[in-house]
Amino acid sequence: MESLDDEGVVLRVGEVAARHGDDPHRLVQILRDVQAALHHVPAAALDGLAQRLGLARVQVEGVATFYSHLSATARGHYHFLFSDGYTDRMLGREALVEQLCAALGVERGVPSADGRVTIEDTACTGLCDQGPAGLVNGRPLSGLGPMRIETIAGLVKLGVPVDEWPQELFDVADNIHRRDLLLAGPIQSGDGVRAVLERGAEATLAEVERAGLRGRGGAGFPTARKWGFCRQAEADERVVACNADEGEPGTFKDRVLLHTQPDLVFEGMTVCARVIGARRGLVYLRGEYAFLREPLEAVLAERRRQGLLGKAILGAEGFDFDIEIHLGAGAYICGEESAMIESLEGHRGTPRIRPPFPVVSGYLGLPTVVDNVESFAAAGAIAAHGGDWFCACGTAESTGTKLLSVAGDCARPGIYEFPFGVTVAEVLEACGGSGARAVQVGGPSGTCIGQTEFSRRIAFEDLATGGAFTVFGPGRDMVEVALHHSRFFAHESCGFCTPCRVGTSVLAQGLERIARGGAGRADLEPLKQLSGVMRSMSHCGLGMTAANPFMQTLERFPEDYEERLAGDDVMPAFDLDAALAEARALSGRDDAHAHLEQRHG
Amino acid sequence: MADGTITIDGQTVPFTEGQTIMQAAEAAGVYIAHLCHHPEFRPHGSCKLCTVKAGGRHVAACTAPASDGLEVENESEELAAGRRALLQLLFVEGNHYCPFCERSGNCQLQALAYRYGMVEPHFPHFYPQREVDASHPDVVLERNRCILCALCVRASRDVDGKHVFDIVGRGIHARLAVNSASGRLADTDLAPGDRALEVCPVGAIIVRGRGFAVPIGERLYDHRPINEIGNRVPESEQ
Repeated sequence: MESLDDEGVVLRVGEVAARHGDDPHRLVQILRDVQAALHHVPAAALDGLAQRLGLARVQVEGVATFYSHLSATARGHYHFLFSDGYTDRMLGREALVEQLCAALGVERGVPSADGRVTIEDTACTGLCDQGPAGLVNGRPLSGLGPMRIETIAGLVKLGVPVDEWPQELFDVADNIHRRDLLLAGPIQSGDGVRAVLERGAEATLAEVERAGLRGRGGAGFPTARKWGFCRQAEADERVVACNADEGEPGTFKDRVLLHTQPDLVFEGMTVCARVIGARRGLVYLRGEYAFLREPLEAVLAERRRQGLLGKAILGAEGFDFDIEIHLGAGAYICGEESAMIESLEGHRGTPRIRPPFPVVSGYLGLPTVVDNVESFAAAGAIAAHGGDWFCACGTAESTGTKLLSVAGDCARPGIYEFPFGVTVAEVLEACGGSGARAVQVGGPSGTCIGQTEFSRRIAFEDLATGGAFTVFGPGRDMVEVALHHSRFFAHESCGFCTPCRVGTSVLAQGLERIARGGAGRADLEPLKQLSGVMRSMSHCGLGMTAANPFMQTLERFPEDYEERLAGDDVMPAFDLDAALAEARALSGRDDAHAHLEQRHG
Repeated sequence: MADGTITIDGQTVPFTEGQTIMQAAEAAGVYIAHLCHHPEFRPHGSCKLCTVKAGGRHVAACTAPASDGLEVENESEELAAGRRALLQLLFVEGNHYCPFCERSGNCQLQALAYRYGMVEPHFPHFYPQREVDASHPDVVLERNRCILCALCVRASRDVDGKHVFDIVGRGIHARLAVNSASGRLADTDLAPGDRALEVCPVGAIIVRGRGFAVPIGERLYDHRPINEIGNRVPESEQ
């Protein structure tokens, strides 16, 4: 491995920073490049960047230590991140990680002795329909199985560079099983932009309103209203930002949209730019989707050639707009729009105080529309086809269609575009998941329901969702599901506010105790109360919904909890025997009376 | 949003344009529990102790704007229970040993715990391993007691113009770091007289030689509750 002394590191990061114009607002992008070049962000890099960018060292350290894809210690030239989504677990990912660790003689999370290989776990990488999945040096690995792991181990042992591995290892399928408005009839590139020029900005905004389009990220805010606010905000410059930080475990429809319909997404962003009067467009692409960057850049370049981006778009004087792609660096919280803006500005992904909302003060304080990938795709199609075309589909309150990312215990996982209003049972029927015990709609932050509720509808007025639809078959243990997702939220909490920072960890610990049979019925009360405090007092949606997996599974699958609870009483929070083991060994004493009856292992 | 009035637990409180609920309350002498808020610094909104119910919604009083006619609930049973839980979370997250803390009796965290009747930690202690930085000749940084309110961060950056402190790490691993390659306070440009030394609501930043200038038992909150005298760092400690 290349090893640089501190001076060498400072020189190297200086080159990286120079490529980014020494712009402190590009710090996250710069740190990503430093990580890629040096396999970590060494201490000397913090000093070098601080000096170069005019920031305090501790400020750079704050950013570098916030994102999971950045590390203070060196990662291997072969850096594996195995997706630890629950669906990956259901498909047996644990055994595969063990297999690769054993084959390469590497301990999980610890660099190999020669520093060549690191194998780590990471949150769901958005390949749930083709798991177990992972990333090697940022490139996607899907459909992993014992054979593939053997192949990969062989390639690593032979020292074959990742770029020279067989392409089929990196194939990512789209798995589209149902197409409707957006996926069935893609528009010709330029149709939306031409339409907005013909119709005019105001009339286009009216079409989006007539369409009834609501935010596809899950929150469902009326898109036309958002665009209207931004358009009215007083400013010389406005920004269009596309939220492609698809981090909700179980969601992958934005990956498929960006792979199959990038033009439609960019079309929507350009339409928005015309409506609100923005010159600058940003896409915040989740770090796990870095492999999409090159193809997306190619599409952007083509659009510039076609006069659909750049100066005087389609010859319209003053219609200047271009789009730049920023990459995330491993932080679920950056899917929250104000945290995403912070990250785009080169900061830690801490959600902002609101008000002001991004439409008034967003990227660099400029009025900013932040919309989901799917929202922009829909807006692009609406511009071309009109609002009536769109709202003819769906329900009165939830018009149009929704792309569902279906994964878990079903025969045909993948993308299903359904009109809003479709029932959970209908989706299960379509994907071959009938007989399911539970479905998690909208990921762990969404709603987890059991069979009695399968007649409920996917719609903002019933089951709102960003798109995840995760199926749990008969025999799945819902306490394990809740525990897994509680750990996820604890890992992803930004650490800013008390209820989320501490609450998510307390909750995860509590669920660990329950799962291993170390809790009594009375232990549930503090956790329920804590869940309520997290919901009402947290700073942002992460903390507010982090207790959902626990509360919802407790309510709907109490039997899973019941069989693990040790009795009515509170159980000790710690394992007395384990706590006393060292003292007993040292003193050579083990009093028969100094034991509790505990089920702790 | 023009001037107007809000009510806090039924009491009418005037506000001027642009004020938060907290600012309006402070001007009217109504106490809303808080730790990370300080009237001299930009609102932060991280400790969430000041959560009130305004117009039926939970909001942080230190960041939520006052608006005419807004009905604010501050000292309800429900909010008291929530605040107690937040205090318990802060206690179990760090290592807070009041009996031998220099700040005992002057500590805002301790005073609020008394105020909200916190008699036990309720949640399992984390017992984290945290670094104590005694490298500086004038100041000790006792991270075991840090509650990540970022008041020292703001004071150093916005008033002292030094950026000695900042929060690094994520989630439960977030911690207060200092601006030096060694990570030691002695290697920063922190100096006596810095505003950053006068704002810590707990015993995380201790100025040497002053810890016991006033005996325990005669301190700020030993005789009067925090809701009567407010969040203060006594001069003897600065």
